Amino acid sequence: MSNPAIEIENLSKEYPTGFLHLKTKKSLADLTMQVQEGEVFGFLGPNGAGKSTTIKLLMRLIFPASGTARILGKSIDDVKMHQSVGYLPEQPYFYDYLTATEVLDYFARFHGLTPNDRRLRVEMMLKKVGLETARKIQLRKYSKGMLQRVGLAQAILHDPQVVVLDEPMSGLDPLGRREVRDIILELKREGRTVLFSTHILSDAEMLCDRVGVIVGGKLRGVGTAGEIVGMKTEGMEILFELRCNKNDSPLVSRATRTGERYRLQLPEDELYATLEELKAAGARILSVTQIKPTLEAFFMNLVEDDRAQASAVEVS
Amino acid sequence: MKQGWIAGTGLNVLLLLGFAVVCVLQGRIDAERQAIHEERDELLMRSPGLVKKMSLEYAPLMGAIYWTRAVQYYGEKTHDQDRNLETLWPLLDITTTLDPHLLAAYRFGAIFLSEAPPRGAGRPDLAATLLERGLQENPDQWRLYQDLGNVYYFDAKDYPNASRAFLDGSKNPAAPIWMKAMAAKIAADGESPETSYFLWRDVYQTATDPAIKKTAESHLRSLKVDLDIKAINAMADAYEKQTGRRPKRMSELVQAGLLTEIPMDSEGCPYVLDEGGKAELDSNSPLRVEKLLDKK
Amino acid sequence: MKNVYTVATNTFREAVRDRVLYNLVFFALLMMGAAILVGQISLGIEQSVIVSLGLTAISVIGLFIAIFIGVSLVSKEMDKRTLYALLAKPVERWEFLLGKFAGLVMTLTINTAVMALGLYVALWTVKHPLQSSDVYILVAVYLILLKLAILVALALLFSCFTTPFLAILFSAGIYVAGVFAQNLRTMQTVDIAPAAMRILKAVSYALPNFENFNVMGAVSHGRVVPGALVAHATLYAVAYCAIVLAEAAAVFSRRNLK
Repeated sequence: MSNPAIEIENLSKEYPTGFLHLKTKKSLADLTMQVQEGEVFGFLGPNGAGKSTTIKLLMRLIFPASGTARILGKSIDDVKMHQSVGYLPEQPYFYDYLTATEVLDYFARFHGLTPNDRRLRVEMMLKKVGLETARKIQLRKYSKGMLQRVGLAQAILHDPQVVVLDEPMSGLDPLGRREVRDIILELKREGRTVLFSTHILSDAEMLCDRVGVIVGGKLRGVGTAGEIVGMKTEGMEILFELRCNKNDSPLVSRATRTGERYRLQLPEDELYATLEELKAAGARILSVTQIKPTLEAFFMNLVEDDRAQASAVEVS
Repeated sequence: MKQGWIAGTGLNVLLLLGFAVVCVLQGRIDAERQAIHEERDELLMRSPGLVKKMSLEYAPLMGAIYWTRAVQYYGEKTHDQDRNLETLWPLLDITTTLDPHLLAAYRFGAIFLSEAPPRGAGRPDLAATLLERGLQENPDQWRLYQDLGNVYYFDAKDYPNASRAFLDGSKNPAAPIWMKAMAAKIAADGESPETSYFLWRDVYQTATDPAIKKTAESHLRSLKVDLDIKAINAMADAYEKQTGRRPKRMSELVQAGLLTEIPMDSEGCPYVLDEGGKAELDSNSPLRVEKLLDKK
Repeated sequence: MKNVYTVATNTFREAVRDRVLYNLVFFALLMMGAAILVGQISLGIEQSVIVSLGLTAISVIGLFIAIFIGVSLVSKEMDKRTLYALLAKPVERWEFLLGKFAGLVMTLTINTAVMALGLYVALWTVKHPLQSSDVYILVAVYLILLKLAILVALALLFSCFTTPFLAILFSAGIYVAGVFAQNLRTMQTVDIAPAAMRILKAVSYALPNFENFNVMGAVSHGRVVPGALVAHATLYAVAYCAIVLAEAAAVFSRRNLK
């Protein structure tokens, strides 16, 4: 039974809207959530859902309207606790007149390391995120991906127990994303707790032990990816090729067509009958796969629901 | 690439031509503006208090700027032989309000506000006001008492106040001894050429401002003539006592042994005697003109 | 305190790399030009003009740096979000603020010291052996530096809760008001009701009295600045800065970063 590394209780955040800022709107409503020690937790949601808000509340960059939170058992008001926490902000930007080495050295100074220790750590981090060759170049010349890597480096430089990453994959090319994924997995192997937010579902599915889905400022579900969407298979999909234009088959018209390839979805129990029909029509079967519900669909439904609710409220 | 090089040089040539055109136009505009230039002394802000407020913390620097303006103004006016110096007072007023310790301004004002035109503005009262302020802000500057005394003596012809000024100045231990004596002499005798000569000579010797020196020199020349004439007349009176008649020519005085030689003025022209046996300047002497100007 | 020092040295490094100190080149040229020009206008006030001009330039350039850069210290970090990573470290918000203040004051000190040197060189070319009374020019520069420190603190305070543009406006406004604070206190106008007079007097105490730090008039004429004035002015500046910075820290501590 591991202890929670991050505990959030009834956390809420409001911001003023409307003319003269008289009304308030909740950007986060009564969030209650826990992240266990040693797990990789994915915080999922569309843009503006409240992921960044939650993370900023945790890091004390903004202040809650109500509710509390604790990291490693200490209140988020305890700034000294930051010694064991690493944070990568969304779209990080650092002092562009400094080089990577200087920036990391600067941040390292706040952790009370000896100068020697600092130097070693900085070198180690630069190597780890692949910025060794660029370390003497001023950050103003860095690409977005390189800045992301600097951000990651400063987040883990001081050996933190908990690592919080806000959209770590944003703006990265596939190679960059792969590298970040590898670093996250390495952090997990080292036994650290990782909380990261993303709206890229495939990353969440691949990396996370557990996932929390947040839409419209409310938490909609927490659990493993499988737990959230259920294990139910929703049907089968046949991919086939049809050379001659035998359009008389009703099946062909139901399929989606790209060039000479067709994709047809059907319930599981109709599989063999359909295969016979296609064979009779002269189609060449390319593949047969299960349609598993994805996080994406679950997600989309939630977003639809939320929008419907919002517009309903507006009308009333 | 040759094409790029040509285009670049072409652009530079065009720019130079453009500037040449601008310079020529500027010359034309300058000439035209000169023609419509109105003779008005532009002093946009006449209130010393307002200027001081606008200067925020930088009043002493603004004071130096206004002082420069005042000197330039005086220089231009005298060069153009313009007798109207009415903006001199506001300029000096503002200067000394901005920087009350700018002694040169007080001393300049003492002379050129007080002197009669064309040399000055002819306002000894304003000069006295300026100096009073100067003394209030710089009580240790005994020279300002001297200047005040000069203003009262020469231009206001107010001998009691002149005497008092010299007396007040003499109280400062750094002041020269003659100030006390001068106070007494003026109180007793009022104006006299010897006193005037002495006072102007001290100004000439101690002034650093070239304009002041020039004015002092001019006064001294004129006073020297007065003193010379006075001395010669004394000799003529002695001659009359001796011979019973007034002398007709200078040579007679020399022959009588009263003068060692025919006296010359500072321009090298000999003094002559008029019909009444009184000395006067030779008609050719340029000092005659100066004396006439002085009388105005 | 170590965190304060870290932020301060980084702030200084930024000023250097941002070529803020290049204003010194402009100042040097100005001083050289003035020395040459003043030699042409020998009205017996060469020393006075060079000292006044030099002190004015030091004050005005310092003013611009204190207000414009002072305001950008915090707002730039908030805009560019460099602040986010920093505040996630074990650093208190007040340590950050104090470090920024110290860094800019450090920059200004170096700046004014170099400018004072330039002033002395210009003075020396006009008036060869420098007299002992010329040391008071340095005192005048020191007092200007104290004034600039107060302005940095004010710029920081305003930038913590308004936009950069308004912060600059407010800072400049308080500067002008502070120059006249002395007048406000000693005003002898007849037509004001006694209650209003009391309010005005209170305001004159609340405003930073910048006349305390202005000895240009005395120093340009080679006069002495009493040590007691310097000591009291220093204490005043320290006290005023402390008040303003404490207020800034309080405001910033509860500010939601966007």
